Amino acid sequence: MSQAKVPAWVNVALLPAINVLVAFAVSALLFLYIDISPIDAAKVMWIGAFGYAEGFGYTLYYATGFIFTGLAVAVAFHAGLFNIGGEGQAYIGGLGIGLVCLTLGEYAPWYLVFPVAVLAGALFGGAWAFIPAYLQAKRGSHIVITTIMFNFISASLMGYLLVNVLKPENTMATESRVFNANSWLPKMHEMLSPLGIEMAASPLNLSFLFALLCCLFVWLFIWHTRWGYEIRSLGANASAAKYAGINYIKVIVVTMLISGMLAGFFGLNVLQGELHQIKLNFVEGFGFTGIAVALMGRNHPVGVLLASLLFGFLYQGGAELSFEYGVDRNIVVVLQGLVILFSGALEHMFRPSLEKAYLKFFAKQGVA
Amino acid sequence: MFDTIILMLDATMRVATPLILASLAGMFSERSGVVNIALEGKLLAAAFTGAAMAHVTGSAWLGLFAGIGISILLSLLHGFAAITHRGDQVVSGMAINILAAGLTVTLGRHWFQQGGQTPSLTGDARFAPIQLPLAETLQDVPLVGSLYSNLLSGHSLLVYVAFLAVPVSWYLLFKTRFGLRLRAVGESPNAVDTAGISVVKMRYSALIICGILVGIGGVYLSVGQTAQFIPNMSAGKGYMALAALIFGKWKPITAMLACLLFGFLDALAIRMQGVTIGDFPIPVQAIEALPYVLTVFLLAGFIGKAIAPKAIGVPYTKERE
Repeated sequence: MSQAKVPAWVNVALLPAINVLVAFAVSALLFLYIDISPIDAAKVMWIGAFGYAEGFGYTLYYATGFIFTGLAVAVAFHAGLFNIGGEGQAYIGGLGIGLVCLTLGEYAPWYLVFPVAVLAGALFGGAWAFIPAYLQAKRGSHIVITTIMFNFISASLMGYLLVNVLKPENTMATESRVFNANSWLPKMHEMLSPLGIEMAASPLNLSFLFALLCCLFVWLFIWHTRWGYEIRSLGANASAAKYAGINYIKVIVVTMLISGMLAGFFGLNVLQGELHQIKLNFVEGFGFTGIAVALMGRNHPVGVLLASLLFGFLYQGGAELSFEYGVDRNIVVVLQGLVILFSGALEHMFRPSLEKAYLKFFAKQGVA
Repeated sequence: MFDTIILMLDATMRVATPLILASLAGMFSERSGVVNIALEGKLLAAAFTGAAMAHVTGSAWLGLFAGIGISILLSLLHGFAAITHRGDQVVSGMAINILAAGLTVTLGRHWFQQGGQTPSLTGDARFAPIQLPLAETLQDVPLVGSLYSNLLSGHSLLVYVAFLAVPVSWYLLFKTRFGLRLRAVGESPNAVDTAGISVVKMRYSALIICGILVGIGGVYLSVGQTAQFIPNMSAGKGYMALAALIFGKWKPITAMLACLLFGFLDALAIRMQGVTIGDFPIPVQAIEALPYVLTVFLLAGFIGKAIAPKAIGVPYTKERE
């Protein structure tokens, strides 16, 4: 294999960058086709997402959601598990968070509700990941299929709860009542203004900081704890890990619990931070996009953070784009699909030629 | 009562049709060792292309061919990533699903300016119901007449195609040399390779068959059943077909039975709206979730064992580096 001769940054930074650029190039063709200049579109998206304070707030708000679901997928990946269930785990985790806000929120201020909501999100999201994990570890059912099934089961369950249990009477919309305002997570601009920092109003809220903490936690957990070591060993070579005495069942279950918890936190940002009520389909595909985030971020928290920013940019930029040009927001979904295609499925397409080109270039340098 | 049963079975057939086609499609792909969670995206893309083409040309047949064409293209893309470049098959499938969801709405809005829908199809742009011979004459005969005229007769052509595809697939897969090789590729690609048969070729052919079948299923949704494309109209049917495939243990007849069961549950869910046992109303959502719950139980080995083809999900590497 020629990999050893190529420095790490080529594989970690250059290759993903090329893959994303190709994805963007293909989407540019689509933009051209629907009569939008790709350069103008990129400008609109860039300015929409980073060019003014409110837009940037939205970008970070979306990024927060992607950090949670992206980390969830990334952690599972380290154990060789493909957790497609982020969507369902985020949904059920959000249920836990919402229930805490609906009940405890009546009596306590947000700083007391928040830690309980974190626990509830972890508990509910973790529980939803636990069953597929247990079935995979103990009964040999495949985690990809079970988590897909659990996404649908969670959708039916939430549909039932929202229609029959949580929906207040006299309303048509399938959503819970609004949480007591005391329990709402403070927005960043509200928190920073007493400190003399003025920020434009946006849904960006406290859970962004919590998401950053989660990144730190995942980094410490995966690379600096025994459990993390066991997880990575199992992911690298399952049978070797088993022979080395690593408890397969325990590691699978623990990994998926952590993964489900991280996905479960999604509701902190969206429900307690912004919507302030449980709505039908509030996860809106963020669980699936988490897969792309983890793939692009090479399953490393720093990478996930950067990839989340990219997808936050795509989301907010896409909103601006649909506002500006009247195109459907789904054009961003196309971009996401292409990013997943090129940086995930076709990950290896450019590797051989890139390595060849790199070696050729450096061989010349060596001679000179 | 009898009429209700006939009506429900009729609904079952209609709902099961795209499921059957998609799960047969998945069967060919997965039997050759390529995981196919892209069925959902292919259904959606074929439904959109079929409806768009049928609307523009006014011909349901051209719609059908276009739908099949796009579905084959997506299959080849899946193959390009999963077979040629040995990418992760699940990731590639996800990418196709997401791409299809985004592209259908974006292009639909651009072409028809109706929020992603296609205009409704009329006349020759639809597959009209086919009246089987003597259907009208037999209408009034008790039992048999109702069964024949109301249940078996009066479906769109594609429904019959779906049910015909089951024995054909069975024959192809279990009674021909091609089928033997295809199954062997999914079990032990090494052995097949050693015997001088190209693993890559076999897997690509399996994916092309997959594309044709799921393409017909997609076109049925928009041109046969609804007469219009509606954004996200596949609504999880691709995943349900995958569940049925597992439920049917990767065999055509049992997969069809699983599809019929799922279709029946769907028809039941609609019927059960507002029905109560004692004081407790039966939640429609519980019946909707039943296929998925059953599949989870099956996978966990509680109701029989589902054994997947051995080499499923593993890219084949001819030469070890």
